[in-house]
Amino acid sequence: MGVAMSFDIDVSRTVGGRRIALTVRTDRPLVALVGPSGVGKTSILDMVAGIIRPDRGHIAVDGQTLFDSDAKIDMPPAERHAGYVFQDRRLFPHMRVRANLLYGRRTGISVDMDDVLDFLGIGHLLHRWPRNLSGGEAQRVAIGRALLSGPRFLLLDEPLSSLDRHRKSDILDAIDQIRMRAPILYVTHDIGEAERLSAMIVTMAGDD
Amino acid sequence: MSSDIYAALSPEEWSILALSLKVSLVAVAAILPACFCIAWMLARWRFPGKLLVDALVHLPLVLPPVVTGWLLLLLFGMNGPIGRWLSDVFGITLLFRWTGAALAAAIMAVPLMVRAIRLSIEAIDTRLESAAATLGASRLRIFFTISLPLALPGVLAAIILGFARSLGEFGATITFVSDVPGETRTLPIAIYAAMQMPDGEAMVTRFAILSTMLSLGALMLSEIMVRRIAHGGRHVI
Repeated sequence: MGVAMSFDIDVSRTVGGRRIALTVRTDRPLVALVGPSGVGKTSILDMVAGIIRPDRGHIAVDGQTLFDSDAKIDMPPAERHAGYVFQDRRLFPHMRVRANLLYGRRTGISVDMDDVLDFLGIGHLLHRWPRNLSGGEAQRVAIGRALLSGPRFLLLDEPLSSLDRHRKSDILDAIDQIRMRAPILYVTHDIGEAERLSAMIVTMAGDD
Repeated sequence: MSSDIYAALSPEEWSILALSLKVSLVAVAAILPACFCIAWMLARWRFPGKLLVDALVHLPLVLPPVVTGWLLLLLFGMNGPIGRWLSDVFGITLLFRWTGAALAAAIMAVPLMVRAIRLSIEAIDTRLESAAATLGASRLRIFFTISLPLALPGVLAAIILGFARSLGEFGATITFVSDVPGETRTLPIAIYAAMQMPDGEAMVTRFAILSTMLSLGALMLSEIMVRRIAHGGRHVI
């Protein structure tokens, strides 16, 4: 592993009088944000993905600066190449699973589609509509869509919610493999998950 | 007389129907892109004067149609600023022409069309658009692959409503382009003209039934589209 920090994040944002802030600087490939719901974990992921803008601070992943308020750097979300698995999945309702999976596909990506379909167990879902998927299936498709976009890093927001125990274990194994290829920022309220992944655990707490 | 009511349409009546359909189709097709842009602005943008734009869009709905027709006459008439420009530069005259009838119908359809499209744009889950952005999609690609397809039921509803509204347009049309048989005599104007004739009752009845059926069908079709927005557009897994 090089000297580059996998995550170098120091941001804050105040929304409606509530301050959301995080400082992390590490070369560990997997960082878990834990803390009670409503503390702003998802907002942090949104800031790293470029969906919302921090009031101040900087975000660098794998040595690349995505945001820096002092240097006036704010890379558009489309250029950040985050593999973001949203808690509410956000599959496109008017596209079948196959089109959803391929939406973020770019040329020159080495991720093998069959590989991803295989280890997520979603090969048989390709012709389904998102509305006809179970919670667990939709979650796996969302993870597949993020992986197939050839992300430089992954943002996983409660990726194991709505999965059964057997599938949780599979997905945890998959995450274990993925972290070799790309740094992962992982949000969970279950500290056990974070420990199982031997992630660097960052606890977020409300400041009120 | 009662057999006259059920008689097939005469060639003259067919041509009136055909003219009405042509005027309405052209009106809707011409005004649709503008309606979409206005609806997008009103749904998504915040800008000074938004309230005024919103009010202006709805004006044809509440203004007496005669006033709308008179305003069109002022703007697009021979001495109107736009009318003179069109005539000088392109040699186009809208007055007493079917194109003028289409313009009047289009203006009168704007409030209904903008409203239907705006509702469907507002119903789009913007979280889907941000998801597309994180997957590397440009704004243009997001618009064409996410926003537009999800707004489509509203756009279809707008087309149908606008078309039905145009078919029924009377006041602004007769004020602006008058009643020229074969050129501006659309269904409603033909009904009005027939009512002035001593033996026009059967024709009035046939046209009235035809108009009612067309309008009813259009409303039902647009209602189906609107329901699809409610059940489909917001559906996020």
